[in-house]
Amino acid sequence: MTPLMKSWAPPLALLALAIALSFLMPFNLAFLTRILIMVVLVLSLDLVLGYAGIATLGQAAMYGAGAYAAGLFAIHVWADPLAGLMIGAVAGSILAFVSGLVLMRTQGLTLIMLTIAVAAICHEIANKARDITGGADGLRGIHMEPVLGMFAFDFVGTTGFWYALAVVVVIFVFVALITRAPFGLSLRGIHESPDRMAAIGVSVYWRRVTAYTVGGAIAGVAGALSAQITQLVSLESFSFTLSAEALIMLILGGTGRLYGAVLGTLIFMFVHHWAAANDPFNWLFVIGAMVLAVVFFLPKGIISASAGLARLIKGARHAGS
Amino acid sequence: MTLFLNIAVDGIAYGMILFMISVGLSITMGLMRVVNLAHGGFALLGGTFAHWLAQENGMPFWPAAVLAVLVTVIVSLPLERVIFRRIYDFGDLQQVLATIGLTFLMIASVNLWQGSSLLSIPLPDSLKQSVDLGFRTLPVHRLVVIAVGFASILGLWLLLDKTLFGIRLRAAVDNRSTASALGIDTDWIFMAAFGLGAGFAALGGILGAEILPIDAYYPVRYMVLFLIVVAVGGMGSIAGSFIAALGLGLLETATRYLVPDVSTIAFYALVIILLAMRPQGLLGRAHA
Repeated sequence: MTPLMKSWAPPLALLALAIALSFLMPFNLAFLTRILIMVVLVLSLDLVLGYAGIATLGQAAMYGAGAYAAGLFAIHVWADPLAGLMIGAVAGSILAFVSGLVLMRTQGLTLIMLTIAVAAICHEIANKARDITGGADGLRGIHMEPVLGMFAFDFVGTTGFWYALAVVVVIFVFVALITRAPFGLSLRGIHESPDRMAAIGVSVYWRRVTAYTVGGAIAGVAGALSAQITQLVSLESFSFTLSAEALIMLILGGTGRLYGAVLGTLIFMFVHHWAAANDPFNWLFVIGAMVLAVVFFLPKGIISASAGLARLIKGARHAGS
Repeated sequence: MTLFLNIAVDGIAYGMILFMISVGLSITMGLMRVVNLAHGGFALLGGTFAHWLAQENGMPFWPAAVLAVLVTVIVSLPLERVIFRRIYDFGDLQQVLATIGLTFLMIASVNLWQGSSLLSIPLPDSLKQSVDLGFRTLPVHRLVVIAVGFASILGLWLLLDKTLFGIRLRAAVDNRSTASALGIDTDWIFMAAFGLGAGFAALGGILGAEILPIDAYYPVRYMVLFLIVVAVGGMGSIAGSFIAALGLGLLETATRYLVPDVSTIAFYALVIILLAMRPQGLLGRAHA
């Protein structure tokens, strides 16, 4: 297998899995679409956190900004889906750039706090500006035109699913290209040693702002996608829970490798779905236990599971001999 | 003038609650370098135990509060041994994740035991009465909160400044490995400090239930608030936490009185400006 084939094999397998699932679960397309939307959000987080090493618990701020921008644009200006995605990306990147100018001056706990605070402010603004955003009732009345003028959004969600899948593929390739480009490599360098990168003449601050802005644009696309497909934007899009869940999915899958983000989202969403369906009141036990298990037993995520298993078997053999 | 006094009294009471809940977080974050998002969970546990003892079993308020604080401390110690001890060496994100997982488990436990409704803690008549301060009447409860808050900072100051335990704790905060090399049992110090912090959080949760109502999702709802107090005060600084809690309590109350429509936005915006100017917090030292 050539290296190129090797690096593209896991994502292609995941794509095949997504298509297979759509035929296996034709009545759960809305759920599968929800997973795809979360994949976009988690990919944005992987770029910001996994590659650039910017610790954030506020990625929902850009997701929500994209969702509200796309929703309002569809209602008041033009209901074309692709134009809406662009608007979502622009809204997410503007918010990320403006907040990033302040946030990227800080690190560690302060940075985490400030990212949460930005999302909290957005939540509060959306809540207070009831005339524009619908406040706690959410933004309603979004009716999208057909995608590319050909595929109308249907009741079952077939168009929504394929539309979201296409967006996921485009975003995945886009992020994969960024991470392989010199810019992506410099982000990796900043993640591993900001001091050395500064020493060789890289403006660490501006690279981080740029990475945060690009990540914000992608999170905005995720939000826009959600607004268009569910035809509703609620205050929950700015919630801390959403940021935290996206982080859990990313760490669950493994940071710094894009298909890890996809895998983590898939597993988390299925476990969440299964637990919530089986016991609507106590599913949080399952999620909490899963998160702790990942941190303690698979600190590098599911993608390290095979290596971890191998180590375990090897270790057992050593102990036995 | 009356407005000013109103803001002062409400803000100080609110600040005291914030201080009691956050001081343990500041100690543990400064001491163990753990980003602990589960700290609000101890306030929730304290409040839940107090609710169960006082509301469902008819225990008087003060004994119920004391017992609830003790039970929370007893619950927190094995948690420190089993979970927190293992995550001290992890990276920031792993710690955030582990403590989020723990918070979820705490929420789910309270939810299973007491449901997701509001868990009220009935106040005794003596605390419900009002006193006339001249410019307004105030529930005795608020005055008690302020008094307990001042007693807490005084007690903590005596404990940390005047006792052997305090000297060892401060040594461990300053440099864990050197302290341990000097023969200080840092494991024990960590556990004691953790239990102390959990106890204060429980106390704050119970006394603050009138201002920050207790329900199963309490730790997530107020997580940001407690972390902000620590971030603004500076990790590991008790005086910093106290100043930050009082300042933020007054700020939050002032914005609610003066600009009620945009109070939350104004509050967070001011906090962001402050943290952008002083990333290590008011009294925090710049750590590597």
